[in-house]
Amino acid sequence: MSLETTWFLLIAVLWIGYFILEGFDFGVGILLPFVSRNEADRRAVLTTLGPVWDGNEVWLLVAGGATFAAFPEWYATLFSGFYLPLFLILVSLIIRGVAFEYRSKYGKAQWRQRWDVAIVISSAIPALLWGVAFANIVRGVPLEKSAEGHIEYVGGFFNLLNPYALLGGVVTLTVFLTHGAIFLSLKTAGGIRERAHDLALKLGLIAAVAAVAFLLWTNLSLPAFNSMVAILSAGVALAWVAGLAATLKGREGWAFIFSASAILLFVSDLFYALYPRIMPSSLGAQFDLTIRNASSTAYTLKVMTVVALVMTPLVLIYQGWTYWVFRKRVSSSQIAQPERGILDSATHVLHQ
Amino acid sequence: MSSMNSLDLARWQFAITTVYHFIFVPITIGMGFLVAGLQTAWYRTNKVKYLRATKFFGKLFLINFAIGVVTGIVQEFQFGMNWSSYSRFVGDIFGAPLAMEGLLAFFLESTFLGLWIFGWDRLPKKVHLATIWLASFGTILSAYFILAANAWMQHPVGYTINLEKGRAELTSIVEVLTQKTALATFFHTIPSAAFTGGAFIAGISAWLLIKKMDIEMSRTTLKLGLITMMVSFLMVFVSGDITSKIMTEQQPMKMAAAEALYETTESAPFSLLTIGTLDGSRSVFQIDIPSVLSFLATGDFKGTVEGVNDIQAEYEKTYGPGDYSPNIPLAYWSFRLMIGFGGLGFLFALLALFQMRRGRTPHGKWFLPAMIFLPFTPLLANSFGWIFTEAGRQPWAVFGLIRTSDGVSAVVSAGSVLFTMIVFTLLYGVLAFIEVGLTLKVIKNGPQTELDYENPKLGGSDTKPLVMAY
Repeated sequence: MSLETTWFLLIAVLWIGYFILEGFDFGVGILLPFVSRNEADRRAVLTTLGPVWDGNEVWLLVAGGATFAAFPEWYATLFSGFYLPLFLILVSLIIRGVAFEYRSKYGKAQWRQRWDVAIVISSAIPALLWGVAFANIVRGVPLEKSAEGHIEYVGGFFNLLNPYALLGGVVTLTVFLTHGAIFLSLKTAGGIRERAHDLALKLGLIAAVAAVAFLLWTNLSLPAFNSMVAILSAGVALAWVAGLAATLKGREGWAFIFSASAILLFVSDLFYALYPRIMPSSLGAQFDLTIRNASSTAYTLKVMTVVALVMTPLVLIYQGWTYWVFRKRVSSSQIAQPERGILDSATHVLHQ
Repeated sequence: MSSMNSLDLARWQFAITTVYHFIFVPITIGMGFLVAGLQTAWYRTNKVKYLRATKFFGKLFLINFAIGVVTGIVQEFQFGMNWSSYSRFVGDIFGAPLAMEGLLAFFLESTFLGLWIFGWDRLPKKVHLATIWLASFGTILSAYFILAANAWMQHPVGYTINLEKGRAELTSIVEVLTQKTALATFFHTIPSAAFTGGAFIAGISAWLLIKKMDIEMSRTTLKLGLITMMVSFLMVFVSGDITSKIMTEQQPMKMAAAEALYETTESAPFSLLTIGTLDGSRSVFQIDIPSVLSFLATGDFKGTVEGVNDIQAEYEKTYGPGDYSPNIPLAYWSFRLMIGFGGLGFLFALLALFQMRRGRTPHGKWFLPAMIFLPFTPLLANSFGWIFTEAGRQPWAVFGLIRTSDGVSAVVSAGSVLFTMIVFTLLYGVLAFIEVGLTLKVIKNGPQTELDYENPKLGGSDTKPLVMAY
């Protein structure tokens, strides 16, 4: 396997990790008001994410950094081209992270309600926009060679809001919502668990319709029938159905494994449809960014391969261990004095 | 504003987002390390004052860490967004330390910090202690990689230029990661972060001490903060001296600009203060220390320091026509303010430490205001230091290889950059407001006194109330 292909695969792995992990973070964030009945519920819901959300988000940073190192032309063209959507995602991630950390500092209802609104919106925007972005990449966007000889994005912002891409956004949004609901039903107890379970089924059906439509569209718009893309698409559908069946049977662990597998297969499918291109141009194949014309030198790729092959398994081990440490379900009855903010109590100050 | 093009705006955006991000970075690197130290003291001695200190300063550490993390995301992507031509040119080299930073450092710090925050009732005491050390190690490792990347912009090594592809290509990762510019910067920045963390802990502890809140703890942590400042200042001083000599050798224009030294001079004086014009034509009033600049720059009081005009002439020969000098008043003042604020913080700390000798309590009208100002001295010094380093390198993005003006994204309009800059600035402003409010509230509440601790089994309980919940 060539070094370029290895890095294409590694970047796919990073996005798979990111979408599986932050996918449920986004889902849980959006579902916060819909699975909770009171303040203790809301705090229990957020506590399921507490120890892990930041580590999950690092998958995105590493995907970005790895793209910079392995395919600088891709990094440069993609992020300068998809400027405003990426900007909206960054603003959302900024607000979301701060909202998680600061929300429970004060008990005042208004303070908490504002952060709740922030969490819902800032989880929904990236969940939608990542789908829009990836669908655009797969569909091909207007790329052209500039006077300096670089392949640059020449479409505007609204070019990115085509029906296929918007459908892609609906897929990621509904898939992450379902995945988040399944995660919640696995990680909580009592009323939250039941509500999350019901929502997982309903949302899962909507996601199924959107995903099937999107994958059909993807398969049909390929220049020629691609059996591997078709097989992976079928795999996505199968995993999703298995996930819903497991949910129906109350097998939450299996449901989570299947919804995670569906995301894995979905991202693999999109990357397979792209290969060996990484950003096809809608203006002609001569303007396609491919793993060859966008990549770093063999030396850089070799160095990075060694680092990635040593570090990625290590990261998987210690992040996996984190999930093991926090394997117990969180129930709202474990939240003592839910209305009290961590900083509200000026009591018990030791005066000497 | 109307006359600004996308280059100016992208530069302003980079300056705003980076200076803002770097307010929080040294606080968290320094405090993370010190909190780990406090928790170790508690683990070793079992004294509750150390547990109170760990939890109290841990809270402050996390409030700052949150903003450091989220503003760091912008840093990872804005090279591609606003500086795509730069990214294409340097990606083969510059991308590697960034990716390594993510893989080796970001994963480590975020995962283990999550374990630390929520692990009080989930991890055995010893394992829980290990998590804060690993998180702290992650923050320091992260600094190393990003400083190596920055050092490469100051002094590119281990590369070759591929003319056909129009980019710089990596030939030796070892050189990039171990060149002396990177090492000197690392040993300048990390002690500065410790100095910052120390100043925070000292300033806050002094306030608690004056308010007679938890005197037992605040005396200890005040001393810890002040001693940390002493030790780290010494390291900052030594590495700063080494850094300035490396800088004189590698970027003589930056040193000349720092001194507004226009003509090459032997036994050059260090200008403490100049009032008047900085363009070299006349100065109304100035205080100089004879020969000190020569010593700073070369290690010899009689050494020759090149002036701006000579270096300009030399660079025109090498790189073609153009202006190769940075903004000289900015370089001149930021260099002085860096040293000045750092020194001021050190003096305050020294005085406070002197007054605390043999169990005394510091007194005097100066004490409280000085201690309240104390945490701001390193923050200002850090910011001016980076403003000097980055502005002093101009007009280059990577010294000698690519100009900043050639690095900006060709396809991003000035309007887009302006829009995102306004939103980031407003958002960062609001976050700063909230952050300061929370920090002051934590300080006013003081350390908690009711702390139950029970050494948990791995995994904890699923019925007991959670020690930490969002």
